[in-house]
Amino acid sequence: MAVDNVRYRIGKSKGFRALTFVFAIACMVPLTAILFFIIRAGITRINWHFLVNIPRPVGEKGGGIANALVGSVIIIALASVIAIPIGILAGIYLSENRTGRLAYWCRLAVDILQGIPSIVIGIIAYFWLVKPLGGFSALSGSAALAIMMLPVIVRSTEETLKMLPPSLKEAAFALGMPFHRVVLKVILPVGISGILSGIMLSIARITGETAPLLFTAFGNPYLTADITAPMQSLPLLIFNYATSPYNDWHDLAWGASMILLLWVLFLNIFTKLISAKWKVQL
Amino acid sequence: MESTIIKSRKFNASFGANHVVKNVNIDVPRNNVIAVMGPSGCGKTTFLRCINRMHELIPGAVCNGTITINDEDIYTMHPIFVRLKIGMVFQRPNPFPNLSIYDNVIAGYKLNGIKLAKAEKDRIVETSLKRVALWEEVKDSLLKKGTFLSGGQQQRLCIARAVAMEPEVLLFDEPTSALDPISTATVEDLFHELKANYTLIIVTHNMQQAARVSDKTAFFYMGELVEYDQTKTIFTNPKDDRTQNYITGRFS
Repeated sequence: MAVDNVRYRIGKSKGFRALTFVFAIACMVPLTAILFFIIRAGITRINWHFLVNIPRPVGEKGGGIANALVGSVIIIALASVIAIPIGILAGIYLSENRTGRLAYWCRLAVDILQGIPSIVIGIIAYFWLVKPLGGFSALSGSAALAIMMLPVIVRSTEETLKMLPPSLKEAAFALGMPFHRVVLKVILPVGISGILSGIMLSIARITGETAPLLFTAFGNPYLTADITAPMQSLPLLIFNYATSPYNDWHDLAWGASMILLLWVLFLNIFTKLISAKWKVQL
Repeated sequence: MESTIIKSRKFNASFGANHVVKNVNIDVPRNNVIAVMGPSGCGKTTFLRCINRMHELIPGAVCNGTITINDEDIYTMHPIFVRLKIGMVFQRPNPFPNLSIYDNVIAGYKLNGIKLAKAEKDRIVETSLKRVALWEEVKDSLLKKGTFLSGGQQQRLCIARAVAMEPEVLLFDEPTSALDPISTATVEDLFHELKANYTLIIVTHNMQQAARVSDKTAFFYMGELVEYDQTKTIFTNPKDDRTQNYITGRFS
């Protein structure tokens, strides 16, 4: 009786182990499937011509995604220019002021901001920027994406700086350094790898954002670098072309999806390399 | 006659409601080594950190009374000037991990944005490292990171960093408590060399160390300065019972 019971429990334990194993494998299925389908559908489309040309009208063969590539780079660069300084400085404030009312509310605001659906941020950008400025523009798209980047940068900066030993700051203060130099010359250089990986992750996060751009950057079938005008971006192109009824455009969307995928993959690998390379041994 | 460099009068310090340094009056003579000893939590480290105004960096920290350096009240000076005159070495070696040995020594200049000619920098690095008896050990690896050194070497590097700023006073907060006995002996030997140029105030847990290195010893207990006298007198003929009890090991 007792032995049977033990056997039963050993069996159950084995079953449980097997279950965790199976689901660990199952977790890898979606990524593998996505990679497989996108690479299979996209790889034939990608060539030099695809990268340097803009889409052709319906019915014409060929065409590329140059406008969306350039647009994405411009919109993301602009969003970074807006979000990175604000995010890092706010992160410094939070790490320097662990308690205090402003720090509490700031932390709360940033956490809630992180949870706000991107489409809501898009609507806000539409009402606050697109309407007052009188039209869709890359700039308003960047502003919407900057709002999405902000929480990631603020919190990763704060967490990175909190991990640094207090003795480091004391050493700097004891040498008669003013606060801004302690931050700029000691704290930031030592924490740089963590801050940079936060920035990279935030860029990876906004690269694929479509919803906020629908009402702001809007999309543009032509190549433009004018940030006050509508601009194409990769996710917008995929959204518009994949839902169109034309086969040529579907192909374009598959190719663009693959580029987007490679971009995000590259960012992730790059982040890992940076944090390993720039890590300061404490 | 010896001249007094640091003087404190009716000095109190606290963290919020926790009163940790009570009514301390002390005169520190120039070019002496002063040991500050006492049991844990007696306020000795807090008092030390008040002398170069590091205490106030902690939220909720308050102090009142006066501390003067060369008869100038350090609490009316800007803290940055105070810290340039009064250098500090901490309990754990804390070289800047992102800087080389060379840059660590001149960190006070480099990170403060003070421009120096290359020859001037070389001179400061060499003299500072020689003063802390580290030059021979690191002269061939000056461009390696400071954290590459052993603990004892790192601590001497931190002393060199403080010395490079040419302060008048050097504060040491239990400088050898994280070091092995051999490194401790090296650092203790340094104190004798350094007092020719600087006034040293050393907080220590270790009574033997206080007896070995200092000219005068201050005994703190429960935030009060119980007794302050020539080291020899403190250890052979203490006037206060509490000092006697402490050095005979009746409490620690």
